[in-house]
Amino acid sequence: MGGFRINAALGGLLTGVMVAVVLVGLVWTPMDPLAINFATRLSPPSPQHLLGADEFGRDIASRLMQGAATTFTIAAAVVAVAVTLGTLLGLVSGFAGGLIDRAVMAVNDALMAFPGILLAMGLIAVFGGGRYGIIAALGLAYTPTVARVVRGNVMTLRQLEFIDASWLMGNGVVYTVLRHVLPNCMAPIIVLATSMFGWAILSESALSFLGLGVAPPQPTWGNMLADARSYFTQYPRLALLPGLCISVALLGINLLGDALRDRLDPRMKESR
Amino acid sequence: MARFIILRLISAVPTLLLASVLVFLLVRAVPGDPASLMLGDLADPAMVAQMRRSLGLDLPVWQQFGIWLGNVMQGDLGLSITSRQEVLPLVWERFTVSASMVLPSVLLASLVAVPLGMIAAWRQNSVLDVSLVGLSSLFLSLPAFWLGLMFLLLFGVTLRWLPVVGYVSPVSDLKAGLLYMVMPVLTLLFHEVGVLLRMARSSTVEVLRLDYVTHARAKGLSERTVLWRHVFPNAFAPTWTLIGVILGNLLGGIAVTETVFTIPGLGRLMVEAIIARDYPVIQGCLLFIAFVYVVVNLLVDLAYPLFNPRIIR
Repeated sequence: MGGFRINAALGGLLTGVMVAVVLVGLVWTPMDPLAINFATRLSPPSPQHLLGADEFGRDIASRLMQGAATTFTIAAAVVAVAVTLGTLLGLVSGFAGGLIDRAVMAVNDALMAFPGILLAMGLIAVFGGGRYGIIAALGLAYTPTVARVVRGNVMTLRQLEFIDASWLMGNGVVYTVLRHVLPNCMAPIIVLATSMFGWAILSESALSFLGLGVAPPQPTWGNMLADARSYFTQYPRLALLPGLCISVALLGINLLGDALRDRLDPRMKESR
Repeated sequence: MARFIILRLISAVPTLLLASVLVFLLVRAVPGDPASLMLGDLADPAMVAQMRRSLGLDLPVWQQFGIWLGNVMQGDLGLSITSRQEVLPLVWERFTVSASMVLPSVLLASLVAVPLGMIAAWRQNSVLDVSLVGLSSLFLSLPAFWLGLMFLLLFGVTLRWLPVVGYVSPVSDLKAGLLYMVMPVLTLLFHEVGVLLRMARSSTVEVLRLDYVTHARAKGLSERTVLWRHVFPNAFAPTWTLIGVILGNLLGGIAVTETVFTIPGLGRLMVEAIIARDYPVIQGCLLFIAFVYVVVNLLVDLAYPLFNPRIIR
């Protein structure tokens, strides 16, 4: 397993570096990421602008840092929405059984007939884009996946003896679920949430790239790439850097997610 | 066999019906009055009232849904607000463009990824396995909108081997059409290979652990016979399902790739419709996408018995 341990360590390292950049980017950037300065327009890397300046003379390093902070907070919020709603639905559906279960799962299946990002685009058509529009749209789009995984786990768990024991001890539904069922669903939820964090980063970047997400001048990696399209034949650096950031972040999270899955849930299969 | 097909066909009906309810409700959930949204802010109140009547907005919601669904069943998805074209032919035309990119890329990806995934599983934990898995993680981390731009830079601008942006139908001009297809297909390929390789690997790993494989080896069968005759048919099922999911997902439009290469596909149509607030087109796209997804997965399920006859029972 030596090779895979290196992969896991690399994943942890890359994710750690990204999280550090995000934490710093939330409170401090080398320069104002929105300050326009035509004197430094499209200038190459220099001591003043470590990664150069963009078509408005804005500091690229600062914009990448703030973009990282924006993208990561959006992705975290998306995962929080999807995990909360999905876990609730999954628990209710798995425990109630019967008609409620059938109804919830029917809607779930219908929602899953739309590719995640297109469902999110449809929801953005209703809610509008922007930071909160993306959180709501992607959060709702990912909910059915969580609901399905949690329900599957609950269905298995509710047949086990220790749950019967909890009923026999006279514990109520809420207590049994919180104390016995939910903790035993955590491993698959954590594994799923990790991959979902990666999907959310990718989808947020894609939506912002398509002009349906966070609107300029507020920087995100996706809209920086979209802006760079007009200049990238002469200034490939403008497109190279945000894309590299997305790839490094995703690689870190994917490797970390694999390691978590092997560790927490060796039997969980890869799907979606 | 007939029973299996019929049951599977029937099971698709409620999903489609619910999906159409969701699509209908989604557009109704848009804040504001659809009629004035369609006509713009400066519309004359009389025109708005007439639009409301022609859209049936003065009827109760369930009746509106009934009328709408009736029209949909007859292939009438309404008119686009911006172009005044009929939605269904518009959606279909854009769909064929997306499909001409998606089908070859999924086919190529399967041909590359499935054998590689099986080899990785067969040599589990070897250097080859670790590097293939690492490579697939890398492929999964390259966003299409970035990979596409890099290909444009390399093949279009620096090397000048391929046309940069646009689309020529391979039906009207085969050579030019194929040249325009190379970069988008390549862009899609990376992610698909990443996903499929991992799936093929993990399902093969599981099958290789089973007793019947040990038995087959103990019988003295050659490793090649064990892999192809005994392991492959069982290990391929989950990958086949995943190919169906990927196809269903991508045929719904590859908005990002289409944007990078300026291809007039279904995903691009949807993005344009959202920006223009062209609700009949948004509705038509979503409904068509759900339909394609359900049909593709249905076909994939129906093809199972071809390599694994046990499913039929």
